[in-house]
Amino acid sequence: MASSDTVSSPPALPSGLSAEQLLELYYYMRLTRSLEERLVALHRQSKVVGSLFRSLGQEACAVGSAYALDRTRGDMLSPLIRNLGSMLVQGATPAEVLRQYMAKADGPTRGRDLNIHYGTPERGFIGQISHLGDMVPVLAGIALSFKMRQQDAVALVYVGDGAMSTGTFHEGINFAAVQRLPLVVIAENNGYAFSTPTRRQSAVKHLADKAAAYGIPCVRADGNDVLAVYDVSRDSLDHARAGQGVTLVELETYRRKGHAEHDDQSYVPAGELAEWEARDPIDRYTHRLIETGWSSAEALAGVDQRVAEELDAAVAEVEPEPMPDTAAVLDDVLSTPAASPREWYRRQDA
Amino acid sequence: MPELTYLEALRQGLLEEMDRDENVFILGEDIGAYGGAFKVTEGFLDRYGAQRVIDTPISEAAIVGAAAGAAHMGLRPVAEMQFIDFISCAYDMLTNYVATARYRAGLATPIVVRGPSGGYVRGGPFHSQNPEAAFLHTPGLKIVCPATARDAKGLIKSAIRDDDPVLYFEHKFLYRRIKEDLPDDEEILTPIGKARVAREGSDLTVITWSAMVYKALEAAERLEEEDGLSTEVLDLRTLLPMDDEAILASVRKTNRVLIAHEDTRTGGVAGEITARINNDAFEFLDAPVKRVAAHDVPLPYAPTLEDFVLPQTDDLVAAARWLAAY
Repeated sequence: MASSDTVSSPPALPSGLSAEQLLELYYYMRLTRSLEERLVALHRQSKVVGSLFRSLGQEACAVGSAYALDRTRGDMLSPLIRNLGSMLVQGATPAEVLRQYMAKADGPTRGRDLNIHYGTPERGFIGQISHLGDMVPVLAGIALSFKMRQQDAVALVYVGDGAMSTGTFHEGINFAAVQRLPLVVIAENNGYAFSTPTRRQSAVKHLADKAAAYGIPCVRADGNDVLAVYDVSRDSLDHARAGQGVTLVELETYRRKGHAEHDDQSYVPAGELAEWEARDPIDRYTHRLIETGWSSAEALAGVDQRVAEELDAAVAEVEPEPMPDTAAVLDDVLSTPAASPREWYRRQDA
Repeated sequence: MPELTYLEALRQGLLEEMDRDENVFILGEDIGAYGGAFKVTEGFLDRYGAQRVIDTPISEAAIVGAAAGAAHMGLRPVAEMQFIDFISCAYDMLTNYVATARYRAGLATPIVVRGPSGGYVRGGPFHSQNPEAAFLHTPGLKIVCPATARDAKGLIKSAIRDDDPVLYFEHKFLYRRIKEDLPDDEEILTPIGKARVAREGSDLTVITWSAMVYKALEAAERLEEEDGLSTEVLDLRTLLPMDDEAILASVRKTNRVLIAHEDTRTGGVAGEITARINNDAFEFLDAPVKRVAAHDVPLPYAPTLEDFVLPQTDDLVAAARWLAAY
């Protein structure tokens, strides 16, 4: 019998993914991190005019979960502030993210809202607002529309350890559970809500334990292992798509930057950052791809190069663009121009 | 022509819109099997099924938030607040999420949030409120307050068809107290943003809305009989967007203005109307703009106390006489 050692067959691939898909997961994580690094540089030059929020160390949570969505069926998500990667997976472009952060006239909200607060149902993602938890009822409503129209799409909404303390989180997930809506709630436990550690947000041992209060299943996974995130997300989406209702997914990860760029993390115990840096999701995935032979150092270097080139081009394109003039600043408060406040001001001027 | 109460007219408007457009659905507390606390939606569950008549948990923020999400997807939800007093539990969702969605993100959110408002019913502090002032300050919302059966029907139909979020504040005192002949075969669509002259007059104008329209009409009768004064009563019907043209036209005609509302005085809608009149028609005024409103206290329960706190016809008559004599 020939030894299998002598057979030159490709290594078995994980999670039902192809080699191209494994590389694509790497691409989106790398794109997320590098795009944020470009934003940091622009922020320091005051070209990002407002606050900047990083997802350093959490890229696997956003990318792995969004990658499990079925875009062909109309699955939809709403991110939180550290889920830029989920939007990129759904088709957000680096150029538009740059425009939004830099308050450009041609940005997705034309300078009206900031950071990653944008999106429309047609694009497969809608933007969050700053009031944590509010997107849970809204995505429950989107899931309700899927159910009413007998579409086999699923809605996915992200919360964090902080958002799970809000009333809207509770009301939204409870409503979705009672209605058995096709909704997946990803609870990204990154250790801190601004400066408040998770143990001061919730007395439960694990955030996933809260699922018991809603009569829904829960699952926990290592949020720094992109394939583990993908697997639990896909299972939860399948469960929802099969009409089995809501799942609460807790991803355990760590926020390696402050709440925003202005936050010096003085409240973080010594050693904690180094401990989690050693569990960096991109480094771990890189080693795994190479050690298993699922990909190669050359292929990954090629992705890094592609990301750098794409971001060079996006920054070069967006940076010179103008900020909005005020011609339309009073428009679109309501659907009908006649009802907009513009008419009132015009008349006052006359 | 069938004679319909205010409540029946509202109910008929909902039925017509749900029959017309399968994207219209209703959600709220106890609206299905029970038919709603005031039976506005009685029989709807049998007629449309549980998919379009959704009994919800006691979760006003989830009711409004889910309505918003469904509306983004092209549905036309009508959310009921069991009593409008509970709309404050959804204040964040309405003001931060719903009202801003179109402006900041280009998201259409055609929802209607409706519910029984108003006092004179011995409902106490939490079943009598008039929340319009709390929302008047929020760009991105529309607010309607029907006073007649015709408008109860016409405004709910227009609100459902409107592409913006509409707060529909129906007055529970009027539910079964007023009746009107409404033809079956007429499509009644009261335009949002248009006031109605409830009574023509030439000596002074009472600007008001909702149940207070009837106190204004009573006052106008008495002023005519006892003082020989000709009082115009302007029923605003919509508070957002406000019908400035109708207000200014009446001010220019009568030169004396009384604004009457059931909500408390401080920060009430009358202040905003007064500012608009001052800005656009000051030179037409023969007297300061006067207002009659509830006293600034939580609305008490005992009839003796409630009747003292809420504006009564006598208060309107006295204010009108002061204006006429100025």
